[in-house]
Formats: sequence, structure tokens, C-alpha cells
Amino acid sequence: MKGMSLIVKTISDFVVGFIIIFGAYIVLYGHLTPGGGFAGGVIIASAFILLMLAHGKDVAFSKLGERAAHILDSAGALAFLLIGWVGVVGGYFFMNVFGRGEQFRLLSSGMILPGNIAIAFKVASSLFLVFSALAVFRRRSFRSMIEGELR
Amino acid sequence: MTVYFLCVVLLTMGLYCLVAKKNIVKKVIGLVIMDYAVNLYLIIIGYKKGGVAPVVERGMNSAMLERFVDPLPQALVLTSIVIGLGVLALMVAMCIRIYERHGTFDMSQISKLRG
Amino acid sequence: MNPVPLFVAIPLGAAFLIPMLGIWWKKSGEALAALSTATLAVMAILSIGSTAVAYHMGGWAPPVGIALVSDGLTVLLLIAVNVIAFLCIIFSLKYMTAYSGLPKYYSLFMLMVAGMNGVVVSGDLFNLYVFLEVASIASYALVAFGTEADELEAGFKYLVLGSVASVMILFAIGTVYAVTGTLNMADAAREISTRFSGAGAMNPALLLAAAMFLMGFSLKAALVPFHAWLPDAHPSAPAPISAMLSGVVIKSLGIYAICRVFFHVFGFDPNVMGSVILANSMIWLAVLSIVVGGLLAIGQWDYKRLLAYSSIGQVGYVMLGLGVGARVLATGGPRSLAALAILGGLFHLVNHAFFKSLLFLSSGAIQHATGTRDMKQMGGLREKMPITSAVTNLAALSISGVPPFSGFWSKLIILIAVVKAEHYVIAGIAIVMAFVTLAYYVKVQREIIFGSVRGAVERAKEVPAAMYVPLIILAIVCVGFGLLYPVFGYRILEPARDALMNSAEYVKLVLG
Repeated sequence: MKGMSLIVKTISDFVVGFIIIFGAYIVLYGHLTPGGGFAGGVIIASAFILLMLAHGKDVAFSKLGERAAHILDSAGALAFLLIGWVGVVGGYFFMNVFGRGEQFRLLSSGMILPGNIAIAFKVASSLFLVFSALAVFRRRSFRSMIEGELR
Repeated sequence: MTVYFLCVVLLTMGLYCLVAKKNIVKKVIGLVIMDYAVNLYLIIIGYKKGGVAPVVERGMNSAMLERFVDPLPQALVLTSIVIGLGVLALMVAMCIRIYERHGTFDMSQISKLRG
Repeated sequence: MNPVPLFVAIPLGAAFLIPMLGIWWKKSGEALAALSTATLAVMAILSIGSTAVAYHMGGWAPPVGIALVSDGLTVLLLIAVNVIAFLCIIFSLKYMTAYSGLPKYYSLFMLMVAGMNGVVVSGDLFNLYVFLEVASIASYALVAFGTEADELEAGFKYLVLGSVASVMILFAIGTVYAVTGTLNMADAAREISTRFSGAGAMNPALLLAAAMFLMGFSLKAALVPFHAWLPDAHPSAPAPISAMLSGVVIKSLGIYAICRVFFHVFGFDPNVMGSVILANSMIWLAVLSIVVGGLLAIGQWDYKRLLAYSSIGQVGYVMLGLGVGARVLATGGPRSLAALAILGGLFHLVNHAFFKSLLFLSSGAIQHATGTRDMKQMGGLREKMPITSAVTNLAALSISGVPPFSGFWSKLIILIAVVKAEHYVIAGIAIVMAFVTLAYYVKVQREIIFGSVRGAVERAKEVPAAMYVPLIILAIVCVGFGLLYPVFGYRILEPARDALMNSAEYVKLVLG
């Protein structure tokens, strides 16, 4: 994938930052408004997918390397599991041991916020990996198809 | 009642697509339609006429809380969509691999295992 | 601390740690998978005889929160799943070295174990569905792990039919929620037993849900006529995965879920309309599976395919025991007779888990040594691979019901129960098909193990110790189950049977 035209590249460069900020907002306010870790993670992943569509695989991987994405993928899930373990302090798995805080404030409702952040990392990196894996697949199978036709 | 019936119609349409089409990508599409028919069904179960989104805001009283639609099926649907996404990614990846091996999407040409 | 959530947390943690550590440490998969499955197996064995508990996730009491339940039936399944998973991992250490991408293999394997343990301990219908999907997705990927043409085709079939099953199950769960207003199994059971008992009070929506559940779980358990994926998927997977799929996956996702949902949530009771219909359809599915699985197995020349068809037939016996028990309960017959039938079914479930995983692992060892699965190209394996041949013989004798091995006792209990329940025709069919089972395992012995050395066997050598030690352990278990029934039956099987039969006790356990 070489990327698309100059117009697409410029515009996508311009919006990618905003998309990521919007995704982060959805994640951080997931316990107060509609949204949460999964929805925000999908939005963040879509920013990287946009980069990949507009500029090609190499530019996208220079922003978020494949190896880094793999590590983030596992780390997000492990962080969520760890949050579950923290609850054991209170007697039960996934018990909300942090303070509930004041209603309608960002730092409230205990471990839902860290849980959302962990899930967002997991979802963003794994969706990005799924998309890149399918993109690589497509290129390779396309080549093999052409070779098959030449033979 | 009609909406439940329409959900079942959608489900059977997906099933028909899955059974009748030979192209494996179309089979995948049929499966996705079935999946979404069930998601729709779950959402309708929790729906209330004239209901509002179950989001608590500042200054709400209990009369307004009464008008909320049931949020539990929505949580179920969200989970089911995530699962469906995982299955879909796996299915598409498998379709591409099958195309690599066989050079076709036609199930009747792919099918070798029998007996 | 209560160990119940650890059965899910440990394999899940291992599944996510393995790919992360795999970037730097190539052997992370082997080490972590072996370590965590060993821990799980020990934990499962230690939980024998423990009192039944309901664990409240996050401290929320059911029906609001998610409950994890551990009773006799759970312990039975946990032992089968975790012990076999551990032995399959040990077998994989050597066997899987021929494949690439091993951290992914072990990661998926642990996800599958996490999903199965989750299904078994879950006390909540939707949670059951989620874990069922986790286990299923991992097993779809594992069936296609080799990415050869056959494996992809089998994996795709399994994926499509498995997803249809999941859709059915989700539809049924939604319907149960619509009728009862709860997803907690105990709470739903209480609602159904209080609101819909008495003559003619069965809700048609609930009957639809029951039919959808039966279809979905039968697809997962590969009962005839929902079996089409199994003879493709099980032989195509790598041998340890075949052993897991045939040994425990179809049982924990299919049979166990049928037990939990039908015996506990819907309940087999003369007061509940439609429970006789359900019990009858369970018996019909079982008889069909026994007949079709057995007859199709005879004609197979691919060794693993023969084993796969044999799985269908043997799962039919498990279902027959459970179905007859359910019918006796539903028609208000003597509870002791129902207890006998259910005990036979559960006994055969455990037996089949152990001897079928042994057979599939030994088929992997044979394939590893000879390079073929075609029975026409083998013969005289006894001289070249004495240990593998010996354990294969043991397992074959056990599965075909030769006394005094375990398979004989479980089939005997089922048959006695079927005769006592006055289903003479079904009993006749079951006896004939037991002889057919013997016939095709005699064919296996004649073609592969005995006779003169020929074909691919000439080059074969005995497999390394890492591969035959798990086989020997499984063989000891098979023999032990037959001879030492009074010891372990009292501690494992009878609590499981009592848990399954007492729906009211389950409700009391979870809801307090």
C-alpha cells in the first residue's frame, strides 16, 4: 500500500489528532456519559487505521509499531485482570475498593475509570493489529493470485 | 409483537443466506445478518414505548428514572457485538487464507473432506 | 480466599502473558502453559469433596451481581478439563515443535481452558454465553492452526456451525430474560418454578427458548443431526487439540451446558409442562447419535476420523443416561431410578473424557512416528512402538466396554437404568451399538497394532518419553476408574449427581 492522494493525506494528518483526543475523551468520561473503554478504544484505533489507509502501512507502523501494539494488547488485558485482583483486598474479585467519589466528577466511581483505560489500550491496539494483519494478508494473497494468473 | 416477528424473519434470512449461498464470503455475510437479528431482538426486549436513554444526569428525579429503557439488554448487545467482531475478524482471515490455498471462494470447490 | 475465580483468572492471565513474554523469550509459551495448567490440575484435584459455594464477583450478591458457582457437578467437570489440559500441554511440548508460532498456540490453548473453566463455574446465563464464545473462538483458531487446506476447510465449517449455535443460544438467553426478567440461573429457575408450574402453565416463549437452547448446545456437543462439523474438525486439528476437543470441549460446552440449563433452570418436574417433550427429545438425539456415530465409524480408514465418529456415538451414550434420567424425573417416576441413569451418564462422561483424549493423543504419537493416519498403510505397530500400542489397546478395550475397564461399568449402569425405565427398544439399540463399538475398535487393533509390520510402520520408532508419559498417566486413570469405582465414585460422581438432581438446592445455594 503506497497511500492515497495528497488531499487525503493532508486532511487525515489534520484530523488524526482530533480523533485521538475525542477517543480519549470517550474513554475518560466513560463512567459518566455513554461510551467507555471499548467505544473509545475503537475510535482511537480508527485514527491509526485512517493513517494506514491514507499513508500506507509503513507510516502507520512508525507511529505505533507492530511489536509495541502486541505488547499494549497484552498489557491492557493484564492490567484489567490486575484491577480485578486489586479487588481481592476487599474480599472479592473485582470488588470496587477505591472510593466511589463524588457523583458526576471525573475521578469518581472507583475502578471503573482505570478499567476503562485498560480496556481502551487493549481494544485500540488489537483492532489496529487485526486491521493491519488483514491488510498484509490481502496484499500477499493478491500477489499470489496475480502470479497464479501469469502461470 | 410484529417487531419480534420481523427479527425472526431477519434471522431466517441470514440462515437462508448461510445455507443457500456457495460463496464463503456470502456465508459470512449471512452469519453477520443472523448475529445482528439477535442483537436487534435483545434491544427490542429492553425497549419501552416513550422510553429515554438510561443515563443519569444532574437533577433527575425518580419519575424520570421510571422512563428509562432497560439498560441490561444494551450491555448484553454491546458484549455480543464485541464477540461478533472477534468472530468476524477470524472468519475474514480464514476466508483470505482459504482463497490463498484454493484460489476460489466457492465452497463446493473447496470441499474435500467427506465420508 | 475462595479458589473458584482462580480457575478463570489463572489461564486468562497466562493467555495474555504468553504472547507478551514471547517477544523476548521464545519458550515462554511452554513454560507458562505447563506451569499454569499444572497449578489448575492440582487445584481441581484438591477441590474434591469441598463444600458447594457461590462466589459473588465484586461483592455484589446475586441476582444483581455475577455469581460463580462451584458444586459437585462443577468439580467433576473441572477435574476432567484441567487434568486433561495439563496432560495435553505436556504432550504438546514435544509434539508441537514441528509447528511455527508456538506462543500463539499456547496462548490460544490457555484461552480455551479459561473459556471452559468459565462455562463450568458460571452461575449466570450471559456469562455462560461469553465464556462459551471465548472457548469456541479459541478452538476455531486452533483447529485451523496448521493453515493447510484441510485444516482451513474444517476450521471454517466448525466456525460457521459454531457461530450458528452461538446465535441460537443468545436468542434463547434473550427469551429467558424477556420472560423471567433475570439472567442469573438460580433466579431464573426460581421464577420459572414459581410462575410456570402447574398443569398447562408452560409459557410458549419458554418452550421456544428451550428448543433454541437444545439446538445450540447440541450443535456444540455434536449430537446427530447437528454433528456435521465434528468429523472434519477433530481429525484436522493437531493431536493435543483433537484430544481437548473430543475429550472435554464438546462436553463442557455442550453436555454440561445442557445439564445446567435444563436440569437447573428449566427443571424436569411433572408440574412443569413441556419437560417431558424436552426429555424425549434428549433421548431421541442420544439414540440418533449412538446409531449414526457408531455406523459411520465402522467404514472409516482414517484413524483420527474413526475416533471422531466414535466420539459422536459415545457422547450419545452420555446423553442417553441423562435423557432417561430426565424423563423419569419429568414423568414423576422413582427418583432412585433417575439417580441411577444420571450417574451412568456422568460416569460415562468422565470415562469418555479420559479414554478419548488418550486415544487421540496416541493417534498423534502414531502419526508423529509413522507420518500417516491411513489405517491401510499401517500394521504391526506392537513391535515398533510397544508403549503406544499398549495404551491404545487399553483405551480401545475401555471404550468398547470390555470388563473390567471403566467403559464397561458406565455403559452397564446406563443400560440397567434404560431397561428399568422400560425403554426396551432403546436398550436393545444401545446394546447392539455397544457391540458395533467393539467391532470398530477390533478393526483398529487388527489394522494398526497387531499383524505383521508393514507400510509406514517399518520406519517407526517409539516416541520420546515426553510424549508417552502423559499417555501412560491417562491409561492408569482409565484402568483406575474401572477398578476403584467405590473410592472415587463416592467422592466425585455422587456429589455431581446429587447437585444435578436437586434444582432447589442450587437455587438455595446461589440466592441464599
